[in-house]
Amino acid sequence: MKNKSLVSITDYSKEEYLYILDLAEEFSKHPVQPLLKNRVIACLFFEPSTRTRLSFETAINKLEGRVIGFSDVSASSVSKGETLKDTIKIVSNYCELIVMRHPLEGAARYASEISRVPVINAGDGANQHPTQTLLDLYSIRKTQGRLENLKIALIGDLKYGRTVHSLLMAMSHFSPEFFFISPVELKMPEEYKIHLNHLRVKYTEDTELFPYLNEADIVYMTRVQKERFSDPFEYEKTKNAYVLQKHMIKDAKPNMRILHPLPRVNEIDVEIDDTPQAYYFEQAHNGVFVRQAIISAILGIK
Amino acid sequence: MKVSAIKDGTVIDHIPARSLFKVISILKLDRVENPVTFGNNLESVKLGKKAIIKISDVFFDEKEINKIALVAPEAKLNIIRNYEVVEKKVVTVPDEVVGIVKCYNPRCITNHENIITRFSIVSKKEVLLRCHYCDKIIDQDHIEIIR
Repeated sequence: MKNKSLVSITDYSKEEYLYILDLAEEFSKHPVQPLLKNRVIACLFFEPSTRTRLSFETAINKLEGRVIGFSDVSASSVSKGETLKDTIKIVSNYCELIVMRHPLEGAARYASEISRVPVINAGDGANQHPTQTLLDLYSIRKTQGRLENLKIALIGDLKYGRTVHSLLMAMSHFSPEFFFISPVELKMPEEYKIHLNHLRVKYTEDTELFPYLNEADIVYMTRVQKERFSDPFEYEKTKNAYVLQKHMIKDAKPNMRILHPLPRVNEIDVEIDDTPQAYYFEQAHNGVFVRQAIISAILGIK
Repeated sequence: MKVSAIKDGTVIDHIPARSLFKVISILKLDRVENPVTFGNNLESVKLGKKAIIKISDVFFDEKEINKIALVAPEAKLNIIRNYEVVEKKVVTVPDEVVGIVKCYNPRCITNHENIITRFSIVSKKEVLLRCHYCDKIIDQDHIEIIR
């Protein structure tokens, strides 16, 4: 995958996912290596995102690379009205790789078409965030010892949640069984169900969490946002139905792990943080190794 | 309505009435110098209300005319030479649509920068387009033609 931009999770094959996961495993054992010495990587954050940016910058710093860029458009010439095209054209002359986050959908695809160097999409609006998906895969494999034949419950906002859509697409290579649990207004879109039907992947849709919490190997929580509801009354009725409480997981399988792309608001009760099932903080930490792996693979140095 | 026959040119029939002006835009008929006549809201058993366009001395190449399949998938073409129909053609939806359709998603980068739009075809029967940039799907009723 040398020089191959990562814009959408479907840009990479199953073999490429596995290659990155194996590399990430290696970085988790030896995170500090001088692989990027004297190399410059641009981190262009056209929209602020503290966690994703720090994760990428940590990954680059641990490999002794140099970071240029901005974390806020007000500090760049974008605020003077420069187009994305011009910014990418110029920056791609200075660096070997561009990591970018942009509020508009499709911005990363466009950048990858005009850039001289590969582009990693660190989020383009509500569209794609493929490095999140790869770190989710890594976390699933790390906690379960495998990716094949797992039961995965996706909970919360399944309509607008980009992380659940990308995770579904990526996991559909590994014969999973899915439980889609959401309010009626935020159900999984048809196009994803058609995709699963086509691959003969089993799934169940429901509005209730129980009994899926006892059956699942992975419980993937997402935030149900108030602004997603057309009817505020519907939101009030459902907002507490998708909050995970400690007593709800007392009969969960011992290997079950709870993942969340973060930030969390109240959908996982803080009491769960100390249970063996809570894995979301480690999941975020895994992001550094996975991003080290992605950068090294694209630059062709691993 | 009776529209006089043309000597040489193209007649496009079976256009859904609501798509007439989109077809005119796609084929840039508002900019041709040749005589163009069109009728709209004509009775049609198949379409309810249909439109028809007659263009004198213009013959479209296949690639050009297939673009109208996005908004008029059942359109039929009659090629006229010396008052005779010499050829009948149907249109087929192309595999890729470049630079004709505007993305319906206001958050799509193509609506904010000067970018040539690109769509792949998800379904040809009921026309569904997927934006190459933002991945959103547009159905036939939401296809907006770039002027």
